[in-house]
Amino acid sequence: MSTLYAFLLVAATVVMLVGLARKAKQYRKTPAPLKIPVTPAPKTTGGVVIRLAKEVVLFASLFRSNKWTWLFGWMFHVSLALVFLRHLRYVIDPEGMLGFLWPLVSLEVVQSFGKYAGITMVIGLLGLFGRRLFVARVRYISAPSDYLMLLLIMFIGFSGLTMSFISHIDIVQMKSFMLGILNFDLVDLPEGSTILIHLGLVALLGFILPVSKLLHIPGVFYAPTRNQVDNPREKRHIVEWAKKLDETRKDYPELRG
Amino acid sequence: MADYEVPELKEYAVVPLPEDDTMKGLKPFVAKPDFQEALGYPGKKDETKENTYLLVDGWHDKAIDKMGDLLNRYRGFRVFMDSCVKCGACTDKCHYFLGTKDAKNMPVARQDLLRSVYRRYFTFAGKFFPKLVGARDLTEDVVEEWYSYFHQCSECRRCSVFCPYGIDTAEVTMAAREILAHIGRGTKYSNEIIGKVFTIGNNLGLPEKALANVLEGLEEDVEYDIEVEVKFPLDKKGADILLVTPSADFFAEPHIDGLIGYAKVFHATNTSWTLSTMASEAANFGLFIGSYENMQRISMRIRQAAEDLGVKRIVYGECGHAWRVGYSFLNTLAGPFDFLDQNYPIPQHICEFTLDKLEKGELNIDKSRNDDMTLTFHDSCNVARASGMGDKPGGQFTIPRAVIKHVCNNYVDMEKDTIHDATFCCGGGGGLLTDDLMEIRVKGILPRATALKNVTEEYGVTHMAAICAICKSQFTKVLPYYGFTMDQIVSVHQLVSNAIILEGQVDPED
Repeated sequence: MSTLYAFLLVAATVVMLVGLARKAKQYRKTPAPLKIPVTPAPKTTGGVVIRLAKEVVLFASLFRSNKWTWLFGWMFHVSLALVFLRHLRYVIDPEGMLGFLWPLVSLEVVQSFGKYAGITMVIGLLGLFGRRLFVARVRYISAPSDYLMLLLIMFIGFSGLTMSFISHIDIVQMKSFMLGILNFDLVDLPEGSTILIHLGLVALLGFILPVSKLLHIPGVFYAPTRNQVDNPREKRHIVEWAKKLDETRKDYPELRG
Repeated sequence: MADYEVPELKEYAVVPLPEDDTMKGLKPFVAKPDFQEALGYPGKKDETKENTYLLVDGWHDKAIDKMGDLLNRYRGFRVFMDSCVKCGACTDKCHYFLGTKDAKNMPVARQDLLRSVYRRYFTFAGKFFPKLVGARDLTEDVVEEWYSYFHQCSECRRCSVFCPYGIDTAEVTMAAREILAHIGRGTKYSNEIIGKVFTIGNNLGLPEKALANVLEGLEEDVEYDIEVEVKFPLDKKGADILLVTPSADFFAEPHIDGLIGYAKVFHATNTSWTLSTMASEAANFGLFIGSYENMQRISMRIRQAAEDLGVKRIVYGECGHAWRVGYSFLNTLAGPFDFLDQNYPIPQHICEFTLDKLEKGELNIDKSRNDDMTLTFHDSCNVARASGMGDKPGGQFTIPRAVIKHVCNNYVDMEKDTIHDATFCCGGGGGLLTDDLMEIRVKGILPRATALKNVTEEYGVTHMAAICAICKSQFTKVLPYYGFTMDQIVSVHQLVSNAIILEGQVDPED
């Protein structure tokens, strides 16, 4: 069982990282032939960085749009970030290669808030799930996968919270297992079925991520509507395929008077 | 007067419950094969029936191929197909949804008409688990659904302002229309208009001689009115400024009063300017149909005219989507403009030009001449969300308002969530300004009409100014359905024209 899980986790991580990297590469390589920032837009690159940061960190547009969706969505994502940071303690050996991250992971805010962030994360997800069920407009646009995705992450949360607050597992053993994977020296998983559910669902999430709407993770950085500088009059924007059209653009018969 | 119900104006815009198919089947006339071919698209006539056009042979694969081509050429389209999480932030933001209640007019639902096909043919999940992720095969019914609902979007981008991922339905609509055009489903309205630009020079099909007559008539009218010889030069070589303006400015009300306003500003400031027959059209419907090639071909006329006439600057008249193409794309499509005077923005908006003159005190203005009106300003979508003015973000909001306030004493804004970048479309933009789409135009104006009614009742607003030919045409035609009158819509430069006093001006006695 431990070997199977080790394999699953490694495979899921590889699929997720490679999948995301390939998608990001595809986005980067697809040209954006026209300047289409939604205006008013920043006139400088620095301004664009601030605009994107506001979107990624604060969900600024969503805040403007709908306070409830923002509240639940932001609560979920911030909680998830804290929970993620807290989990790093299972894969970082303070003496090892990633040890330099240890001060971050051992921060009070990460370790104590991170524990309770699991709860706010699930509350956020429940809120989003409720919106999907009870707001007619959102229900209309929801496909089965939209519900399942929320359920998947919710169950990851539930199983995790169970281990944190109700039936504890041997986390020292857990860490040995994770470090074992990283050091190619496999150690057994701790006893208990909850951890199997938890890790299995996490692996599933990793596999799904690059072929699902979770592509909003790279997508948010690549939207020309948000990441372009608003300077079309000052600087000519032209992509390769459009340059080819430039060579024949004067040949139209009506231009010869 | 209409076989559909005109929505009732309420005090506040109400978000309706989505309903199924209230606007199903509303679609514009299909372009004839001749007009398709003139723009580089295929067309097929049904030989058995009059005025019926079929999808071209092999339409299914051609549509999928075109989608693949666009996915590879437009990053926006590519990213937007993937990154929607169906959060619902956009669902109550579209004026067409608010006015029609049709669920497929919610921006995300509109995108999904195309996204469902994208997922089926281009994604792992859609290929193997179509039901799970809402993917579907491309069928003839789907094509007809596209043709209907992608012509119930005015590409106004209001939804994209509120989207956490910046997904722009306008880009999706443009892609859909481009795909449709490639399988024989271009629209009569847009394609015939583009054809007229190529063959005659402007959307209206106004030939050189008729245009010259119109301008001559205008000179006579103005001289009759105020006894000043204000010129409307056409094809004047060596002029400093080429004015490019929508052809509606040459004949429609209140557009033409705006044109008179530009001419008076140029006259008062001794500016040497000219119109051009080659570039007698600022509008660029290539934008609406999502065609880079057609948009470039139309834009090249402006460059050509500027070169032929030897002007130093290009100034755009009041036209919303033309300003988007002018401000955001002209440099890309027809630049670089190294032969023009680099000390001025290329191109420049007439409001930028006029405000500069007003601020320098070069115009003799008597604001009280507009005292019979209380004004509000309608931010046109393409100006508000797809372009800029001046050198600061948001100049497109402050500059036209500053022009109005320089020439009018009474001005109030409409409600905050209906102006600036949250402005509601007039309901007729994006290639929908045609009688065959009257129903969607009447219903889509609802949020704007609501906001206008509120300032009318609360602050006694009598007139709404706009800087877009389509907005002005749509408002004059459709606001009367809601109890307003046609003449409540004015051009911004009409207000300038009213307030300006030219040297030697003699006003008619009332």
